[in-house]
Amino acid sequence: MTFESELAGGRFCIPECISCKKTVWPPAPRCSHCLGRVRLQDGNHTGTVIEFSKKENEYFCMVEFGAARIMAGIKHSPKVGQKVRVCRCGIRDGDYYFEVE
Amino acid sequence: MTRVAIAACGIIPFTRNDQSIESALLESAADLFKSSQVDRDSVDAVLVSTNSNSKYLAPILSETAGLRPDTAHTVENLCNSGTNAMVSGYSYIASGLADVVLVSGAERYDSPGQVLKWDRSRGSFMHPVFWASMLAKSYKRRFSVSDEQLAMVPVKNHRHARDNPNAISKKACSIQDVMESKKITDDIRLLDCSRSCTGSASILLASEDAARGLCKEPVWITGIGQKTTSAGFTKNESLSSLESTRIAADAALHMAGHTPKEIDVAEIHDAFSVCEPMALESIGLCGSGCGADMVKHLYDTESRMINPRGGLIGSGHPLGATGIAQAVEITQQLRAKAAKRQVDGARIGLVHNMSAAGTSSTVLVLER
Ligand SMILES: [Zn+2]
Repeated sequence: MTFESELAGGRFCIPECISCKKTVWPPAPRCSHCLGRVRLQDGNHTGTVIEFSKKENEYFCMVEFGAARIMAGIKHSPKVGQKVRVCRCGIRDGDYYFEVE
Repeated sequence: MTRVAIAACGIIPFTRNDQSIESALLESAADLFKSSQVDRDSVDAVLVSTNSNSKYLAPILSETAGLRPDTAHTVENLCNSGTNAMVSGYSYIASGLADVVLVSGAERYDSPGQVLKWDRSRGSFMHPVFWASMLAKSYKRRFSVSDEQLAMVPVKNHRHARDNPNAISKKACSIQDVMESKKITDDIRLLDCSRSCTGSASILLASEDAARGLCKEPVWITGIGQKTTSAGFTKNESLSSLESTRIAADAALHMAGHTPKEIDVAEIHDAFSVCEPMALESIGLCGSGCGADMVKHLYDTESRMINPRGGLIGSGHPLGATGIAQAVEITQQLRAKAAKRQVDGARIGLVHNMSAAGTSSTVLVLER
Protein backbone atom coordinates (compact mmCIF):
# COMPACT_ATOMS: atom_id res chain seq x y z
CA MET A 1 0.00 0.00 0.00
CA THR A 2 1.67 3.20 -1.17
CA PHE A 3 0.53 6.80 -1.57
CA GLU A 4 0.34 6.15 -5.28
CA SER A 5 -1.61 2.90 -5.09
CA GLU A 6 -4.12 4.55 -2.73
CA LEU A 7 -4.33 7.61 -4.97
CA ALA A 8 -5.00 5.35 -7.96
CA GLY A 9 -8.02 4.10 -5.99
CA GLY A 10 -9.20 7.68 -5.37
CA ARG A 11 -7.95 7.94 -1.76
CA PHE A 12 -5.73 10.81 -0.58
CA CYS A 13 -3.67 9.47 2.34
CA ILE A 14 -0.76 11.61 3.52
CA PRO A 15 2.31 9.53 4.44
CA GLU A 16 3.99 9.84 7.83
CA CYS A 17 7.19 8.45 9.31
CA ILE A 18 6.76 5.36 11.47
CA SER A 19 9.72 6.43 13.67
CA CYS A 20 9.48 10.21 14.13
CA LYS A 21 5.79 10.65 13.10
CA LYS A 22 6.62 13.60 10.84
CA THR A 23 4.68 14.07 7.61
CA VAL A 24 6.64 12.79 4.63
CA TRP A 25 5.96 15.13 1.74
CA PRO A 26 6.16 14.84 -1.16
CA PRO A 27 5.41 11.13 -0.86
CA ALA A 28 8.62 9.13 -0.72
CA PRO A 29 9.72 5.70 0.45
CA ARG A 30 11.59 7.18 3.43
CA CYS A 31 11.27 10.07 5.88
CA SER A 32 13.48 13.02 4.89
CA HIS A 33 14.10 13.88 8.58
CA CYS A 34 15.23 10.54 10.03
CA LEU A 35 15.23 8.29 6.93
CA GLY A 36 12.75 6.03 8.72
CA ARG A 37 10.13 3.96 6.97
CA VAL A 38 6.77 5.42 6.04
CA ARG A 39 3.12 4.51 6.56
CA LEU A 40 -0.06 6.16 5.32
CA GLN A 41 -2.34 8.15 7.61
CA ASP A 42 -6.07 7.65 7.32
CA GLY A 43 -7.58 9.89 4.66
CA ASN A 44 -10.17 12.65 5.12
CA HIS A 45 -7.61 15.36 5.92
CA THR A 46 -8.82 18.95 6.31
CA GLY A 47 -6.65 21.50 4.52
CA THR A 48 -6.43 25.28 4.17
CA VAL A 49 -6.38 27.23 0.91
CA ILE A 50 -3.24 29.37 0.95
CA GLU A 51 -3.38 30.80 -2.58
CA PHE A 52 -5.49 30.47 -5.72
CA SER A 53 -5.94 31.62 -9.30
CA LYS A 54 -8.10 30.73 -12.29
CA LYS A 55 -7.48 29.35 -15.77
CA GLU A 56 -10.39 29.97 -18.11
CA ASN A 57 -13.34 28.91 -15.97
CA GLU A 58 -11.45 26.63 -13.63
CA TYR A 59 -10.16 27.72 -10.26
CA PHE A 60 -6.99 26.13 -8.94
CA CYS A 61 -5.41 26.56 -5.54
CA MET A 62 -2.57 25.61 -3.26
CA VAL A 63 -3.86 23.74 -0.24
CA GLU A 64 -1.90 23.12 2.93
CA PHE A 65 -2.46 19.99 5.04
CA GLY A 66 0.00 20.59 7.89
CA ALA A 67 3.39 19.95 6.30
CA ALA A 68 1.91 18.72 3.01
CA ARG A 69 0.83 21.04 0.20
CA ILE A 70 -0.83 20.23 -3.10
CA MET A 71 -2.10 22.07 -6.13
CA ALA A 72 -5.76 21.24 -6.59
CA GLY A 73 -8.77 22.19 -8.65
CA ILE A 74 -11.77 23.72 -6.88
CA LYS A 75 -15.28 24.31 -8.29
CA HIS A 76 -16.26 27.59 -6.65
CA SER A 77 -14.27 30.77 -6.15
CA PRO A 78 -12.06 30.02 -3.13
CA LYS A 79 -10.85 32.31 -0.36
CA VAL A 80 -7.45 32.32 1.28
CA GLY A 81 -7.85 30.61 4.66
CA GLN A 82 -10.84 28.55 3.53
CA LYS A 83 -11.02 25.00 4.96
CA VAL A 84 -11.33 22.27 2.33
CA ARG A 85 -11.15 18.50 1.89
CA VAL A 86 -10.03 16.43 -1.07
CA CYS A 87 -13.27 15.37 -2.80
CA ARG A 88 -11.78 13.72 -5.88
CA CYS A 89 -8.27 12.55 -6.66
CA GLY A 90 -6.55 9.91 -8.68
CA ILE A 91 -4.17 9.25 -11.53
CA ARG A 92 -5.21 10.12 -15.08
CA ASP A 93 -2.95 9.28 -18.02
CA GLY A 94 -0.08 8.86 -15.57
CA ASP A 95 -0.59 12.29 -13.96
CA TYR A 96 -1.91 12.89 -10.45
CA TYR A 97 -4.96 15.08 -9.99
CA PHE A 98 -6.57 16.54 -6.89
CA GLU A 99 -9.89 18.34 -6.42
CA VAL A 100 -10.98 19.95 -3.18
CA GLU A 101 -14.26 21.41 -1.90
CA MET B 1 43.43 29.18 -4.78
CA THR B 2 43.79 30.70 -8.24
CA ARG B 3 41.41 33.38 -9.43
CA VAL B 4 39.13 32.33 -12.27
CA ALA B 5 38.46 34.52 -15.29
CA ILE B 6 36.03 34.58 -18.15
CA ALA B 7 38.43 34.73 -21.09
CA ALA B 8 36.08 34.47 -24.08
CA CYS B 9 32.39 34.28 -25.00
CA GLY B 10 30.24 32.96 -27.83
CA ILE B 11 26.52 33.16 -28.51
CA ILE B 12 24.02 32.57 -31.30
CA PRO B 13 20.60 34.11 -31.95
CA PHE B 14 17.74 32.66 -29.91
CA THR B 15 14.99 31.42 -32.24
CA ARG B 16 12.18 28.90 -32.62
CA ASN B 17 14.31 27.01 -35.16
CA ASP B 18 14.31 23.24 -35.38
CA GLN B 19 18.07 22.96 -34.89
CA SER B 20 19.72 19.92 -33.31
CA ILE B 21 21.17 20.40 -29.85
CA GLU B 22 24.57 19.24 -31.12
CA SER B 23 24.65 21.86 -33.86
CA ALA B 24 23.47 24.64 -31.53
CA LEU B 25 26.31 23.82 -29.11
CA LEU B 26 28.86 23.76 -31.92
CA GLU B 27 27.68 27.12 -33.26
CA SER B 28 28.13 29.02 -29.99
CA ALA B 29 31.49 27.30 -29.36
CA ALA B 30 32.58 28.22 -32.90
CA ASP B 31 31.54 31.83 -32.27
CA LEU B 32 33.66 31.82 -29.11
CA PHE B 33 36.81 30.48 -30.80
CA LYS B 34 36.39 32.51 -34.00
CA SER B 35 35.89 35.77 -32.12
CA SER B 36 38.75 35.24 -29.67
CA GLN B 37 41.59 33.38 -31.42
CA VAL B 38 41.94 31.20 -28.32
CA ASP B 39 44.08 28.16 -29.07
CA ARG B 40 41.70 25.20 -28.89
CA ASP B 41 44.52 22.95 -27.65
CA SER B 42 44.49 24.90 -24.40
CA VAL B 43 41.04 23.55 -23.40
CA ASP B 44 41.34 20.78 -20.85
CA ALA B 45 37.72 20.41 -19.81
CA VAL B 46 34.39 20.78 -21.66
CA LEU B 47 31.11 21.10 -19.76
CA VAL B 48 27.74 21.10 -21.50
CA SER B 49 24.71 22.60 -19.81
CA THR B 50 21.36 21.36 -21.06
CA ASN B 51 18.10 19.64 -20.19
CA SER B 52 18.13 17.79 -23.50
CA ASN B 53 17.73 14.03 -23.36
CA SER B 54 20.48 13.65 -25.96
CA LYS B 55 23.44 11.82 -24.50
CA TYR B 56 27.21 12.31 -24.38
CA LEU B 57 26.96 15.89 -25.56
CA ALA B 58 30.25 17.16 -24.09
CA PRO B 59 32.36 14.53 -25.88
CA ILE B 60 30.30 15.17 -29.04
CA LEU B 61 30.91 18.93 -28.79
CA SER B 62 34.61 18.23 -28.16
CA GLU B 63 34.90 16.03 -31.22
CA THR B 64 32.98 18.35 -33.54
CA ALA B 65 34.81 21.48 -32.32
CA GLY B 66 38.25 19.86 -32.57
CA LEU B 67 38.88 19.80 -28.82
CA ARG B 68 40.73 17.08 -26.91
CA PRO B 69 39.84 17.71 -23.28
CA ASP B 70 40.71 15.46 -20.35
CA THR B 71 37.27 15.94 -18.82
CA ALA B 72 33.98 16.27 -20.70
CA HIS B 73 30.48 15.85 -19.28
CA THR B 74 27.00 17.33 -18.99
CA VAL B 75 25.56 19.40 -16.14
CA GLU B 76 21.77 19.49 -15.70
CA ASN B 77 19.82 21.49 -13.12
CA LEU B 78 16.71 22.69 -15.00
CA CYS B 79 16.72 26.45 -15.66
CA ASN B 80 19.93 27.21 -13.75
CA SER B 81 21.95 24.49 -15.47
CA GLY B 82 24.05 27.18 -17.15
CA THR B 83 25.39 28.85 -14.03
CA ASN B 84 25.75 25.45 -12.35
CA ALA B 85 28.00 24.39 -15.21
CA MET B 86 30.00 27.61 -14.77
CA VAL B 87 30.39 26.90 -11.05
CA SER B 88 31.54 23.38 -11.90
CA GLY B 89 34.07 24.79 -14.36
CA TYR B 90 35.22 27.29 -11.75
CA SER B 91 35.72 24.44 -9.29
CA TYR B 92 37.80 22.40 -11.74
CA ILE B 93 40.10 25.39 -12.18
CA ALA B 94 40.21 26.46 -8.53
CA SER B 95 41.08 22.91 -7.50
CA GLY B 96 43.87 22.69 -10.06
CA LEU B 97 42.24 19.86 -12.01
CA ALA B 98 41.97 22.07 -15.11
CA ASP B 99 43.35 25.40 -16.36
CA VAL B 100 40.97 26.18 -19.20
CA VAL B 101 37.32 25.05 -19.30
CA LEU B 102 34.81 25.52 -22.10
CA VAL B 103 31.26 25.79 -20.74
CA SER B 104 28.61 25.55 -23.45
CA GLY B 105 24.86 25.60 -22.85
CA ALA B 106 22.11 24.83 -25.31
CA GLU B 107 18.46 23.98 -25.47
CA ARG B 108 15.78 23.37 -28.07
CA TYR B 109 12.35 25.03 -28.03
CA ASP B 110 10.81 21.65 -27.20
CA SER B 111 13.03 20.95 -24.20
CA PRO B 112 11.88 18.28 -21.76
CA GLY B 113 13.17 20.55 -18.96
CA GLN B 114 10.07 22.75 -18.95
CA VAL B 115 8.08 20.46 -16.67
CA LEU B 116 9.48 18.76 -13.55
CA LYS B 117 7.58 15.49 -13.72
CA TRP B 118 8.82 14.36 -10.31
CA ASP B 119 6.95 17.18 -8.56
CA ARG B 120 3.65 15.29 -8.25
CA SER B 121 2.39 17.64 -5.52
CA ARG B 122 1.55 19.98 -8.40
CA GLY B 123 -1.24 17.53 -9.26
CA SER B 124 -2.60 18.27 -12.73
CA PHE B 125 -1.08 21.79 -12.60
CA MET B 126 2.38 20.81 -13.80
CA HIS B 127 3.26 23.64 -16.19
CA PRO B 128 5.38 26.50 -14.80
CA VAL B 129 2.55 28.96 -15.50
CA PHE B 130 0.71 27.53 -12.47
CA TRP B 131 3.49 28.19 -9.96
CA ALA B 132 3.96 31.58 -11.57
CA SER B 133 0.26 32.30 -10.99
CA MET B 134 0.61 31.41 -7.31
CA LEU B 135 3.66 33.67 -6.95
CA ALA B 136 2.07 36.55 -8.86
CA LYS B 137 -1.18 36.40 -6.90
CA SER B 138 0.62 36.14 -3.57
CA TYR B 139 3.09 38.94 -4.40
CA LYS B 140 0.33 41.29 -5.57
CA ARG B 141 -1.74 40.56 -2.48
CA ARG B 142 1.10 41.02 0.01
CA PHE B 143 2.46 44.25 -1.45
CA SER B 144 -0.72 45.72 -3.02
CA VAL B 145 0.82 45.61 -6.49
CA SER B 146 -1.40 45.69 -9.61
CA ASP B 147 -1.19 43.68 -12.84
CA GLU B 148 -0.33 46.94 -14.62
CA GLN B 149 2.64 47.50 -12.32
CA LEU B 150 3.96 43.99 -13.04
CA ALA B 151 3.36 44.58 -16.77
CA MET B 152 6.15 47.15 -16.64
CA VAL B 153 8.65 44.22 -16.49
CA PRO B 154 7.92 42.91 -20.03
CA VAL B 155 7.55 46.50 -21.30
CA LYS B 156 11.07 47.30 -20.06
CA ASN B 157 12.64 44.00 -21.06
CA HIS B 158 11.17 43.88 -24.57
CA ARG B 159 12.44 47.44 -25.05
CA HIS B 160 15.94 46.34 -24.00
CA ALA B 161 15.76 43.26 -26.24
CA ARG B 162 15.35 45.45 -29.32
CA ASP B 163 19.03 46.34 -28.95
CA ASN B 164 20.07 42.71 -28.51
CA PRO B 165 20.64 41.14 -31.93
CA ASN B 166 20.44 37.65 -30.41
CA ALA B 167 17.07 38.15 -28.69
CA ILE B 168 13.98 36.33 -29.87
CA SER B 169 11.87 39.45 -29.29
CA LYS B 170 12.14 42.16 -31.91
CA LYS B 171 9.18 44.24 -30.83
CA ALA B 172 8.55 46.74 -28.07
CA CYS B 173 5.26 46.49 -26.22
CA SER B 174 3.16 48.80 -24.07
CA ILE B 175 1.42 48.16 -20.77
CA GLN B 176 -1.80 48.01 -22.74
CA ASP B 177 -0.29 45.35 -25.05
CA VAL B 178 0.65 43.26 -22.01
CA MET B 179 -2.78 43.68 -20.43
CA GLU B 180 -4.52 42.80 -23.70
CA SER B 181 -2.30 39.81 -24.48
CA LYS B 182 -3.84 36.37 -24.05
CA LYS B 183 -4.89 35.68 -20.49
CA ILE B 184 -3.24 32.36 -19.61
CA THR B 185 -4.58 32.50 -16.05
CA ASP B 186 -6.18 35.28 -13.98
CA ASP B 187 -2.67 36.32 -12.90
CA ILE B 188 -0.44 35.61 -15.92
CA ARG B 189 -0.80 36.96 -19.44
CA LEU B 190 1.10 35.74 -22.48
CA LEU B 191 3.49 38.72 -22.45
CA ASP B 192 4.31 38.04 -18.78
CA CYS B 193 6.03 34.80 -19.87
CA SER B 194 9.51 34.07 -21.15
CA ARG B 195 9.44 31.84 -24.22
CA SER B 196 11.05 28.47 -24.64
CA CYS B 197 13.32 28.65 -27.61
CA THR B 198 16.34 27.20 -29.36
CA GLY B 199 19.62 28.82 -28.44
CA SER B 200 23.15 28.36 -27.25
CA ALA B 201 25.85 30.32 -25.45
CA SER B 202 29.44 29.48 -24.54
CA ILE B 203 31.97 30.85 -22.14
CA LEU B 204 35.65 30.05 -21.66
CA LEU B 205 36.89 29.96 -18.06
CA ALA B 206 40.58 30.15 -17.31
CA SER B 207 42.94 30.21 -14.35
CA GLU B 208 44.66 33.53 -13.69
CA ASP B 209 47.89 32.39 -15.36
CA ALA B 210 46.13 30.93 -18.38
CA ALA B 211 43.83 33.95 -18.74
CA ARG B 212 46.78 36.34 -19.10
CA GLY B 213 47.90 34.45 -22.19
CA LEU B 214 44.43 33.97 -23.66
CA CYS B 215 42.87 37.42 -23.55
CA LYS B 216 43.52 41.10 -22.94
CA GLU B 217 40.38 41.82 -20.93
CA PRO B 218 39.68 39.06 -18.42
CA VAL B 219 36.49 39.38 -16.41
CA TRP B 220 36.86 37.81 -12.98
CA ILE B 221 34.35 35.64 -11.19
CA THR B 222 34.73 37.14 -7.73
CA GLY B 223 31.60 35.83 -6.04
CA ILE B 224 29.60 32.62 -6.17
CA GLY B 225 26.53 31.81 -4.09
CA GLN B 226 24.18 28.89 -4.44
CA LYS B 227 21.25 27.58 -2.46
CA THR B 228 18.89 24.67 -2.94
CA THR B 229 15.91 24.90 -0.59
CA SER B 230 13.88 22.03 -2.09
CA ALA B 231 12.90 20.44 -5.37
CA GLY B 232 9.14 20.63 -5.06
CA PHE B 233 7.55 24.02 -5.64
CA THR B 234 4.90 23.48 -2.95
CA LYS B 235 7.76 23.33 -0.39
CA ASN B 236 8.50 27.04 -0.92
CA GLU B 237 7.73 28.59 2.47
CA SER B 238 6.97 31.99 0.99
CA LEU B 239 5.17 32.52 -2.29
CA SER B 240 6.07 36.22 -2.38
CA SER B 241 9.85 36.12 -1.92
CA LEU B 242 12.71 33.94 -3.17
CA GLU B 243 14.48 32.37 -0.22
CA SER B 244 17.09 30.46 -2.25
CA THR B 245 17.92 33.67 -4.13
CA ARG B 246 18.31 35.65 -0.91
CA ILE B 247 20.77 33.12 0.52
CA ALA B 248 22.69 32.68 -2.75
CA ALA B 249 22.99 36.46 -3.26
CA ASP B 250 24.20 37.01 0.31
CA ALA B 251 26.86 34.34 -0.17
CA ALA B 252 28.00 35.63 -3.56
CA LEU B 253 28.22 39.25 -2.42
CA HIS B 254 30.00 38.22 0.78
CA MET B 255 32.57 36.22 -1.20
CA ALA B 256 33.14 39.17 -3.55
CA GLY B 257 33.30 41.65 -0.66
CA HIS B 258 30.54 43.85 -2.06
CA THR B 259 27.11 45.12 -1.10
CA PRO B 260 24.05 45.14 -3.38
CA LYS B 261 24.43 48.94 -3.73
CA GLU B 262 27.76 48.46 -5.50
CA ILE B 263 26.25 46.41 -8.34
CA ASP B 264 26.34 48.39 -11.61
CA VAL B 265 24.55 45.93 -13.89
CA ALA B 266 22.64 42.69 -13.37
CA GLU B 267 20.97 39.93 -15.32
CA ILE B 268 17.93 38.73 -13.36
CA HIS B 269 16.00 35.49 -13.95
CA ASP B 270 12.65 36.94 -15.10
CA ALA B 271 11.04 33.66 -16.17
CA PHE B 272 7.73 35.48 -15.57
CA SER B 273 7.12 39.18 -14.89
CA VAL B 274 6.67 38.71 -11.15
CA CYS B 275 10.08 37.00 -10.82
CA GLU B 276 11.96 40.24 -11.56
CA PRO B 277 10.69 42.36 -8.63
CA MET B 278 10.83 39.32 -6.35
CA ALA B 279 14.46 38.69 -7.31
CA LEU B 280 15.44 42.37 -7.02
CA GLU B 281 14.10 42.35 -3.46
CA SER B 282 15.60 39.00 -2.50
CA ILE B 283 19.04 40.02 -3.81
CA GLY B 284 18.80 43.28 -1.88
CA LEU B 285 18.87 45.58 -4.90
CA CYS B 286 15.77 47.23 -3.42
CA GLY B 287 13.68 46.92 -0.27
CA SER B 288 10.99 44.33 0.36
CA GLY B 289 7.88 45.20 -1.66
CA CYS B 290 9.71 47.90 -3.68
CA GLY B 291 10.62 45.76 -6.73
CA ALA B 292 7.79 46.97 -8.94
CA ASP B 293 8.61 50.61 -8.12
CA MET B 294 12.25 49.97 -8.97
CA VAL B 295 11.28 48.46 -12.34
CA LYS B 296 9.15 51.51 -13.14
CA HIS B 297 11.95 53.85 -12.12
CA LEU B 298 14.41 51.97 -14.35
CA TYR B 299 11.98 52.26 -17.25
CA ASP B 300 11.23 55.93 -16.69
CA THR B 301 14.92 56.84 -16.47
CA GLU B 302 15.84 54.56 -19.41
CA SER B 303 18.32 52.78 -17.16
CA ARG B 304 19.70 49.53 -18.53
CA MET B 305 20.98 48.40 -15.16
CA ILE B 306 18.64 45.43 -14.86
CA ASN B 307 18.39 42.91 -17.71
CA PRO B 308 20.13 45.01 -20.38
CA ARG B 309 19.93 42.17 -22.97
CA GLY B 310 16.16 41.94 -22.34
CA GLY B 311 16.20 39.27 -19.65
CA LEU B 312 14.53 35.94 -20.27
CA ILE B 313 11.28 37.63 -21.30
CA GLY B 314 12.92 39.65 -24.06
CA SER B 315 15.78 37.35 -25.06
CA GLY B 316 13.95 34.03 -24.87
CA HIS B 317 14.67 31.21 -22.45
CA PRO B 318 16.62 28.27 -23.88
CA LEU B 319 16.94 26.73 -20.40
CA GLY B 320 20.46 25.28 -20.46
CA ALA B 321 21.85 28.29 -22.33
CA THR B 322 20.17 30.98 -20.22
CA GLY B 323 22.64 31.26 -17.32
CA ILE B 324 25.57 31.32 -19.71
CA ALA B 325 23.90 33.92 -21.95
CA GLN B 326 23.35 36.05 -18.83
CA ALA B 327 27.06 35.76 -18.00
CA VAL B 328 28.00 36.58 -21.61
CA GLU B 329 25.97 39.79 -21.36
CA ILE B 330 27.55 40.85 -18.08
CA THR B 331 31.00 40.07 -19.48
CA GLN B 332 30.32 42.28 -22.51
CA GLN B 333 29.01 45.00 -20.21
CA LEU B 334 32.13 44.91 -18.04
CA ARG B 335 34.34 45.02 -21.13
CA ALA B 336 32.33 48.02 -22.40
CA LYS B 337 31.44 45.99 -25.51
CA ALA B 338 27.66 45.91 -25.10
CA ALA B 339 27.01 48.43 -27.89
CA LYS B 340 23.62 50.13 -27.55
CA ARG B 341 22.90 48.14 -24.39
CA GLN B 342 25.96 49.47 -22.57
CA VAL B 343 25.61 50.61 -18.97
CA ASP B 344 28.19 53.39 -18.74
CA GLY B 345 31.16 52.65 -16.54
CA ALA B 346 29.94 49.23 -15.38
CA ARG B 347 32.61 47.65 -13.18
CA ILE B 348 30.72 45.16 -11.01
CA GLY B 349 28.04 42.89 -12.44
CA LEU B 350 25.73 40.21 -11.08
CA VAL B 351 24.05 37.17 -12.62
CA HIS B 352 20.95 35.63 -11.02
CA ASN B 353 19.76 32.28 -12.36
CA MET B 354 17.19 30.00 -10.71
CA SER B 355 15.11 26.86 -11.20
CA ALA B 356 11.64 25.52 -10.55
CA ALA B 357 9.87 28.45 -8.84
CA GLY B 358 13.05 29.47 -7.05
CA THR B 359 13.62 26.16 -5.30
CA SER B 360 17.29 26.61 -6.22
CA SER B 361 19.30 29.68 -7.19
CA THR B 362 22.79 30.57 -8.33
CA VAL B 363 24.21 34.09 -8.08
CA LEU B 364 27.54 35.12 -9.59
CA VAL B 365 29.44 38.38 -9.11
CA LEU B 366 31.65 39.35 -12.04
CA GLU B 367 34.23 42.15 -12.14
CA ARG B 368 36.65 43.54 -14.64
ZN1 LIG C 1 11.20 10.29 10.46
